[in-house]
Amino acid sequence: MTATIEPEVGKGRLRKEDERLITGRTRWTDNLTLPGLVHLAVLRSTVAHAKIVSIDTSAAKEMPGVLAVFTGDDLDPEGKIGMPCAWPITPDMKSPRRPVLAQGTVNFAGEGVAVVVARSAGEAEDALAEIDVEYEDLPVVLGLENALAEDAPLVHEDLGTNRNALWVFDSGEAGSGGNVEQAIADAEVVVKRRFRQQRLVPAFMEPRACVVDPTAAQLTMWSATQIPHILKTMSALTLGLPEHKIRVIAPDVGGGFGGKIAVLPEEIMCLLIAQKLGKPVKWTESRSETMVAAHHGRDQIQDLTIAAKRDGTVTGLKVELLADMGAYLGLVGPGVPILGAFMFNAIYKIPAYHFACTNVFTNTTLTDAYRGAGRPEATFAIERMMDELAAELGMDPMELREKNWIKHDEFPYTTVSTLTYDSGNYEAATQKAMELFGYEALRQEQRERRERNDPVQLGIGISTFTEMCGLAPSRVLGSLDYGAGGWEHAAIRMLPTGKVEVITGASAHGQGHETAWSQIVADQLGVPFEDVEVLHGDTQSSHKGLDTYGSRSLAVGGIAVVKATEKVIEKARKVAAHMMECSEDDLEFSGGKFTVKGTDRSTGIGDIALAVFAAHDLPEGVEPTLDSEAVYDPENFSFPHGTHLCATEVDTETGRVRIRSYVCVDDVGKVVNPIIVEGQMHGGLAQGIAQALYEEAVYDESGTLTSGTFADYLLPSAADLPSFTTDRTETPSTTNPLGVKGVGEAGTIASTPAVVNAVVDAVRQFGVNDIEMPLSPMRVWQAIRTGEKAAGGPGAEAGGGLGSIDPAHGGAQ
Amino acid sequence: MIPAPFDYVAPSTVDDAVRALADAGEDAKVLAGGQSLLPVLRVRLAAPTKIIDLGKVAELRGVREEGDHLVIGSMTTHYDVQRDPLIAEHAALLARATDTVADPQVRHRGTFGGSIAHADPAGDLLAPALALDCEMVIRGMDGQRTVAAADFFEDFFTTSLAPDEILVEVRVPKHTGWHAHYEKFNRVAQAWSMVAVAATVRTDGDTIAEARVALTNMSSVPVRARGVEEALVGQPATAESIRAAAEHAAEGTNPTVDGNADVEYRQHLARVLTGRAISAAMAG
Ligand SMILES: Cc1cc2nc3c(=O)[nH]c(=O)nc-3n(C[C@H](O)[C@H](O)[C@H](O)COP(=O)(O)OP(=O)(O)OC[C@H]3O[C@@H](n4cnc5c(N)ncnc54)[C@H](O)[C@@H]3O)c2cc1C
Repeated sequence: MTATIEPEVGKGRLRKEDERLITGRTRWTDNLTLPGLVHLAVLRSTVAHAKIVSIDTSAAKEMPGVLAVFTGDDLDPEGKIGMPCAWPITPDMKSPRRPVLAQGTVNFAGEGVAVVVARSAGEAEDALAEIDVEYEDLPVVLGLENALAEDAPLVHEDLGTNRNALWVFDSGEAGSGGNVEQAIADAEVVVKRRFRQQRLVPAFMEPRACVVDPTAAQLTMWSATQIPHILKTMSALTLGLPEHKIRVIAPDVGGGFGGKIAVLPEEIMCLLIAQKLGKPVKWTESRSETMVAAHHGRDQIQDLTIAAKRDGTVTGLKVELLADMGAYLGLVGPGVPILGAFMFNAIYKIPAYHFACTNVFTNTTLTDAYRGAGRPEATFAIERMMDELAAELGMDPMELREKNWIKHDEFPYTTVSTLTYDSGNYEAATQKAMELFGYEALRQEQRERRERNDPVQLGIGISTFTEMCGLAPSRVLGSLDYGAGGWEHAAIRMLPTGKVEVITGASAHGQGHETAWSQIVADQLGVPFEDVEVLHGDTQSSHKGLDTYGSRSLAVGGIAVVKATEKVIEKARKVAAHMMECSEDDLEFSGGKFTVKGTDRSTGIGDIALAVFAAHDLPEGVEPTLDSEAVYDPENFSFPHGTHLCATEVDTETGRVRIRSYVCVDDVGKVVNPIIVEGQMHGGLAQGIAQALYEEAVYDESGTLTSGTFADYLLPSAADLPSFTTDRTETPSTTNPLGVKGVGEAGTIASTPAVVNAVVDAVRQFGVNDIEMPLSPMRVWQAIRTGEKAAGGPGAEAGGGLGSIDPAHGGAQ
Repeated sequence: MIPAPFDYVAPSTVDDAVRALADAGEDAKVLAGGQSLLPVLRVRLAAPTKIIDLGKVAELRGVREEGDHLVIGSMTTHYDVQRDPLIAEHAALLARATDTVADPQVRHRGTFGGSIAHADPAGDLLAPALALDCEMVIRGMDGQRTVAAADFFEDFFTTSLAPDEILVEVRVPKHTGWHAHYEKFNRVAQAWSMVAVAATVRTDGDTIAEARVALTNMSSVPVRARGVEEALVGQPATAESIRAAAEHAAEGTNPTVDGNADVEYRQHLARVLTGRAISAAMAG
């Protein structure tokens, strides 16, 4: 009633955490120093597949400063420890043991073989050169189809196959739709395409690091991780340690993008060695190690068949995937392509759908979650397919989409893959995007350039996407055989002075939770934004949580915060009624105050907090605390959507692609902080565009990663990207009280097909209907010249030109 | 990563630096801006036992005029080359090429001489040095010698510098009033050249009187596009004559193959970019 304070939710607040992050005045895992700290350096396999004949560590042990050198057998003599995989997607899924350090064989170049412990990081690294490993080469398995070929050598002899699992969904069998084969047989038009999702490196800014202190009251681990809570439980399970004797801290963490959803052999190694030596240990990887040893993302071959009527009505979609797991299974690796299974039908009403994914082992770095995890792959394939179908039908690609998408008045809508989309308005987002983009004028220019045979051709790419995020309803995860739930925890501590501490189980690593949670709590409790402190990432203060990934923090963790504040208010209401000698029903809470209805008598939440602290005069049976906690398990995913439009100019003489304009109108529901949303969109777009044009992890035929530095693995900078036009529509989610949806992955998921569609559109008149990602100038040039899709480069050698450190060229003179 | 241990000295004169280098033997390395050497040390592709830092040798820094030459000290940074008024007036090609090197941080530390001595075939300053017929002034215990750019670059990362010699300065014949452009082709802004073309042209009225064209990353060393130069001289500066001349650009080149480009594509780029470089030079 008396609330005159402007709501915090919706305000473009600058982020609280940025000052310390930007100025570097914070504590990362690597700049932590403890008394008596010793350092680890890991010797990594230089070969992709080999028997380990012998490891001679004697000379390394004599090196200055070296305290110990361990092999896999030293750390785990019984060969029992295996890194956990929490997502057995089928009952018969094949799971090889991933040891702490290779035992018997190495299965990818980059796998740890031995570890040196020394007084300084430099001495540890010096000693690596003195370890002598004798390998006996085994045949190297590379490439999805090679791995599945008859007589293919095996990555893991004992599994008897390179096939990890086959996961199938069929709408006919599920009763959610028709039979795809029938739809294809009956179709007036059928389009088939094969797309390749190249392998990507998550490329977080802070390399991974871990410190373990065995001298503390609990065995304490600091790690640059996205998942401190899961890491704690998994460490206990992996090593048989009592969980209550472990504390995990994720201090400020410099990005993850899914690349830090893992239980690392190096983390387990740190736990083992710290306990063995009784000294605190630190492991920090170099960027070169990140490139070969941290998990990669994507790497799929996608075969799609789409069936339609001549008028553009889609009648069926069949998806057959091969997904490269690498040499071992990561924490959630096998489930990543399965997350995509629900998204190939996207925003469209597709009556018959079949999805089958074969996961495959190869002698490469393992793959696992990378921003979007499964959903970018699905979105790419369907959005490329819609453009191909439109071309086949001679229809405008937006018109084709419109004909098939779910109309705004059809929500809630249950899709052929059995998800129920709660809300959305594809028409509104599209209309706004088309206006901002100037679609018609660009089409006109495109026609003119084609007619005059301009050396620079123009193309327009569309991506009308949705995604499922806010991972996840626990019962859905259970039905997918995922090894945990999807709830999130929050707690509120009301301090005697009226200030508030918020505890969250979400684990921020760059997203801005401290700011967004403060805004939510400020509104809920009517306290100033500055009076809220958010605590996270330490299992001692934030004891319960499922961490941050899958655009879940706000849509799940943020709702837990709301629920916890509601409990605080209910507790405070009792006390307020007692203090003002009225009935609870006579009180209204607003703007941080309880007011007796129809009067101007009120008591602020801060006064109540102090009264509760003193506890001199509380109502009968009321505990002296306002502190409250809540665990929220969502009943559904959230489904952000948006329309992304990209115009590219293609220099037909060189094949170079320039993004001329990029417009996206996203619907992420209610917005807590528009600046954070904007930031997430920009970063996401950059990553998605990078997959389309720049990034690719390349192995040569011996299984060596040739794109092992940032000179060869090309990350775009601001100079390579256009100025984005971002806008929003706001259709609130109906499944949570804030009406929010996730935003963390939207840009990455949506943008890749928009860019590739635009490039293909620019050169379609030359007979081109696909170009493999990344669309390097050479590939585009070759596609134009040969009038067909030009796959691959001439060799597997990377070529960014850090010739400067290429050993083949002898390094510097 | 952490470099292997080494000793470090920072002499303040060229004489002291040369002596320190000779005393240290084969395992010593000169440090200029460190933008190429430090990555090599950090990934331990090289492990010199002694580093001789030229950062304190004031006499190696700066640009001066000597008759019909400019003399550029080897420790002059990319940043200073970009802004030097003498270079702008008499050797604009060097400034234009330097504009395309890496990013501002790297240009503040990296040096002209370091780039030349490093001799990365994808480095952007080798082709301009060749096009301008620069001479490398080299000092060792046996005194000073001068080597023409055409003889200086021998192979990938290999020059005629002996291990105990220092590149002290580069002599650049003045190309006053020449049009210049450096056309660089790479995939992201910070990357090295896949192919690049250094072109500088003197016109007499509407006619091309003289032309110097050299290519980056089209061989293990920078390549002079003599065929293009000859085809241009005496021609009117028209789009047709430039296009016809550019057709000769790939002659005699022997580019490497990597994931970004095969031989055919690199040679194609050389022709396209040569035409663009000359046109842009004329327009500039
Ligand atoms: C991120 C990044 C991007 C880059 N991009 C580009 C680019 O686009 N184009 C480009 O051309 N370059 C690029 N470079 C390289 C940069 O230009 C370096 O400055 C240059 O290659 C080396 O110069 P330096 O002064 O740093 O030499 P240093 O690294 O100190 O030395 C390089 C080598 O030359 C030797 N040396 C140096 N000076 C002398 C001397 N006076 N006498 C004898 N030997 C000597 C050293 O011993 C060493 O072997 C890039 C570098 C980085 C880090």
